[in-house]
Amino acid sequence: MPRRLRRSALQCRASSTRSENNPAECSARTSLSFFAGPRKESTDKVLGDTETSFEPQKVRILTDIIRQSAADLAGALASKQISAVEATQAHLDRIAAVDDDVHAFLQVDRDGALAAASEVDRRRAAGESLPTLAGVPIAVKDIATTRGLVTTAGSKMLEGWVPPYDATIVTRLREAGMPILGKTNMDEFAMGSSTEHSAYGPSHNPWDLERIPGGSGGGSSAAVAAFEAPLAIGTDTGGSIRQPAAVTGTVGIKPTYGGVSRYGLVALASSLDQAGPCSRSVLDAALLHEVIGGHDPMDSTSIDAPVPPVVEAARRADVKGMRVGLVKEISGEGFQPGVKARFDESVQLLTELGAEVVEVSCPSFEKGLAAYYLILPSEASSNLARFDAMRYGLRVGPKGIERPSAEQVMAASRDAGFGDEVKRRIILGTYALSSGYYDAYYGQAQKVRTLIARDFNAAFEQADVLVTPTAPTTAFKIGEKIDDPMAMYLNDVATIPANLAGIPGMSIPNGLADEDGLPSGMQFLAPATKDERLYQVGAALEAALNERWGAPILSKAPALAVKESI
Amino acid sequence: MTTTTDAVVGYDDAIARFDPVMGLEVHVELNTATKMFCGCATVFGAEPNTHVCPVCLGLPGALPVVNRTAVESAIRIGLALNCSIADWCRFARKNYFYPDMPKNFQTSQYDEPIAFEGYLDVELDDGSTYRVDIERAHMEEDTGKSLHVGGATGRIQGAEYSLVDFNRAGIPLIEIVTKPLTGAGERAPEVARAYVSALRDLVKALGVSDVRMEQGSMRCDANVSLRAKAGDGGDQNAVPLGTRTETKNVNSLRSVERAIHYEICRHAAVLDSGASILQETRHWHEDTGATTSGRPKSDADDYRYFPEPDLVPVAPAAELVEQLRESLPEPPAKRRKRLQADWGYSDLEMRDVINAGAIDLIEQTVANGATAAGARKWWTGELARRANNEGKALEDFGVTTADIAALDGMVRDGRLNDSMARQVLDGVLAGEGRPTQVADARGLELVQDDGALEAAVDKVIAGNEAVADKVRAGKLNAAGALIGQVMKELKGQADAAKAREMILAKLT
Ligand SMILES: [Zn+2]
Repeated sequence: MPRRLRRSALQCRASSTRSENNPAECSARTSLSFFAGPRKESTDKVLGDTETSFEPQKVRILTDIIRQSAADLAGALASKQISAVEATQAHLDRIAAVDDDVHAFLQVDRDGALAAASEVDRRRAAGESLPTLAGVPIAVKDIATTRGLVTTAGSKMLEGWVPPYDATIVTRLREAGMPILGKTNMDEFAMGSSTEHSAYGPSHNPWDLERIPGGSGGGSSAAVAAFEAPLAIGTDTGGSIRQPAAVTGTVGIKPTYGGVSRYGLVALASSLDQAGPCSRSVLDAALLHEVIGGHDPMDSTSIDAPVPPVVEAARRADVKGMRVGLVKEISGEGFQPGVKARFDESVQLLTELGAEVVEVSCPSFEKGLAAYYLILPSEASSNLARFDAMRYGLRVGPKGIERPSAEQVMAASRDAGFGDEVKRRIILGTYALSSGYYDAYYGQAQKVRTLIARDFNAAFEQADVLVTPTAPTTAFKIGEKIDDPMAMYLNDVATIPANLAGIPGMSIPNGLADEDGLPSGMQFLAPATKDERLYQVGAALEAALNERWGAPILSKAPALAVKESI
Repeated sequence: MTTTTDAVVGYDDAIARFDPVMGLEVHVELNTATKMFCGCATVFGAEPNTHVCPVCLGLPGALPVVNRTAVESAIRIGLALNCSIADWCRFARKNYFYPDMPKNFQTSQYDEPIAFEGYLDVELDDGSTYRVDIERAHMEEDTGKSLHVGGATGRIQGAEYSLVDFNRAGIPLIEIVTKPLTGAGERAPEVARAYVSALRDLVKALGVSDVRMEQGSMRCDANVSLRAKAGDGGDQNAVPLGTRTETKNVNSLRSVERAIHYEICRHAAVLDSGASILQETRHWHEDTGATTSGRPKSDADDYRYFPEPDLVPVAPAAELVEQLRESLPEPPAKRRKRLQADWGYSDLEMRDVINAGAIDLIEQTVANGATAAGARKWWTGELARRANNEGKALEDFGVTTADIAALDGMVRDGRLNDSMARQVLDGVLAGEGRPTQVADARGLELVQDDGALEAAVDKVIAGNEAVADKVRAGKLNAAGALIGQVMKELKGQADAAKAREMILAKLT
């Protein structure tokens, strides 16, 4: 039955879910980890500092703010060692210093972020009990509507559009007291794997500014990788959180479909889109997941259940006895050798940690890419129809027509406002949905979707989680694949099946490829609604990798390839 | 747009040679408090664009949530039309571009309607019954409303500019589609009107819509085609259907009948000329009584339907459907028969009542204490006449059923005569208060004092000896003139019957 039936009941449930984040309890734990434990060491390494322990002096913390994990920053904020304004200002300064090079942001909301931060400080000073991440700043992909702050989805079509409403996840960030630093770059309407399809120019990979940061959410990943933000929001329709995470050495999670509200996310493909966290550690992602996840009565496809216990799982970080499934069809064959090597090592590492590795087969995956490139354009062609120049967004008149009709204005505006990739997919989708072709294309693709879900169900009989490399290659050069859509589409071959089946997936950095020294990504997949398994296994492998590499992978970035701001 | 007058042939001539087939699509706007997919109020006639939100404006990122009450209303309509109710169905997107469609797709239902395969038995003027087979009833949302300014036709072509009001966008609609209606022959236009009328009564009885055709809360699209008549002994149903035209937005019962009548005559003329009917939508013009060509429409019209991915399927539990079935009101036709018997109206009187749309009003007036005869007289007589003069619906006329019951009571009690009662009604409509207050304030009351009446009678007889003599001679009709005089004497506030009685008693 329609969701509105249960709206009042659901609202109660949703709010009680969020209040389960007992702020006092979490702050106590995070403040502990701020001063002790493995993460402190990693921080020092990033800074090139040789000290192995340090006193919690305020001066010192201030200079380190941008290097902190969100969890540590939350601890420092909770124990009033730094203020939210200081934390926010430090990141705004970092953005000012490096974003000309990285171009992670399309809009920076300096005033809004500082105002939100000072409100957090005021409330904290008044003794209010605040949510765990209160005062921790965040970057939001420009696909989520932000009241009063321009939202373009990377398109000329929405240049200068100021939404009158907040996306549900943005509301939740605000309620959590997280200052929004700005809106991050993306491929136009999230169509792409490199941000090269952004109407506002590409973002650059902090590991090598000549290279792509992945896409579509390359801006969010680049911002996190370049220490411009400790956390960011991404959206993932076929890999747009996970592939950018892989090529920037960061963490990205696509939650179970329906786990995070889509209300206020400019829709690409409604049945595939899912928002999720981008971060530099698995625990940070879990903390953000708890903020944005949970039922939303404004999204009919939102799951009516509490957020999975992801933070608890990230802290447990234990894989002993866990069955890890190696997907025969995506085991890295044909991938870049360095990517394949790191993947094999990671699997070995999981075995050493006590996981049981089994091989599973998902024969329908090979049809996934084809099905995806029918379903996505079909839904996108319909979702993007609303951009007609009538109520908002770009409006241009057709050339040489003095009194154009509404239809002519629509056509001219859509011609001027949409980029080539968007037009390509609208044409594909319009064709695929046409009567006479529907059954052969859209209908068949939906059947493939069922087959893929069936493959996953069978695989999850044998394994608790599945593993694959996240992306076939490390970050490629800007311009390298721009004229070859098929090569671009192949980036998502390992990530797409999760979207088609609605299951959750995570990418964590698992090392550097020998041939280019660039980060590679490890993907975990879990059954629908079992997102916590990703965090449990992801955090365990992350800890083991940090130990093996002596520090987080991200600390290996060559001075982050950008000028230091501090 | 065609502005030339189309050729038509005479109706009887057309019917003699062709068999008309109709298909009727009726849109009913539900009277839910909020829209189909958002929480905006559904208010008719509000300031433009004041009942809108990100969802019904189709802003980027907005998502729909189904209104439960609308689904229940759809199910109730389906059940009342003897339909099967889907135990699982989905919404679908109907994709096409139009400036008053916020998303440039309409969230509707396609091959999985909520209700399907039903019928409605319709009573025709001669008391016979025609069974209208219902193909489906499905849920969808309304579009915004365009106002094309400038240009001669009020249509988008030729307009200076257009304004769009999105208050209507997202209002829940139920579209009820008949199967092809065959076998009506010359009575096709009458069948169509009777069906739309019966459907209106049915939906009104369900309480799920205001069904005001003049306000657009019920709209009818009429498909018409002609096929050759089967020869003697031939099977008419074996003759393939002709090409149809769809006349849009026919917004009164009378127009439904007239528009179909017209299209039958026009089709016949086209077919007679050897040309073929162009499959198209047509616009009905109330003033000229003709249709004009709209846009070509073909079966190849491609709305690229696909299941709405932003909504979950609707799967009403069997218990809910049964509960809704039990809540259905008495079917209007059955109710009419019961009330006619209760009220003791003749068939002709009952038809007047139905045509005046006064059944509910009479029922309430009787419930408020009026006699059935009195209530009928008021609502189908004086009130219907006044409402008609002012172009208002009876129920909007500004007088309550309690007022009419009170008026009827005062006449019955002998406090008012008919002309005084009409004066009291004037006062009620002028806002002077309830009927008794008005009668008191205006001093309207029949003279109850027999002495005063007798004095007046005596005076009139004395002053009109010639007339009195005629009565005395047995010409009882002549008493009328004397009664008139008595009334005049008592300023209209006399009981005419009593005066007559008294005059006759004195003179015969
Ligand atoms: Zn609305």
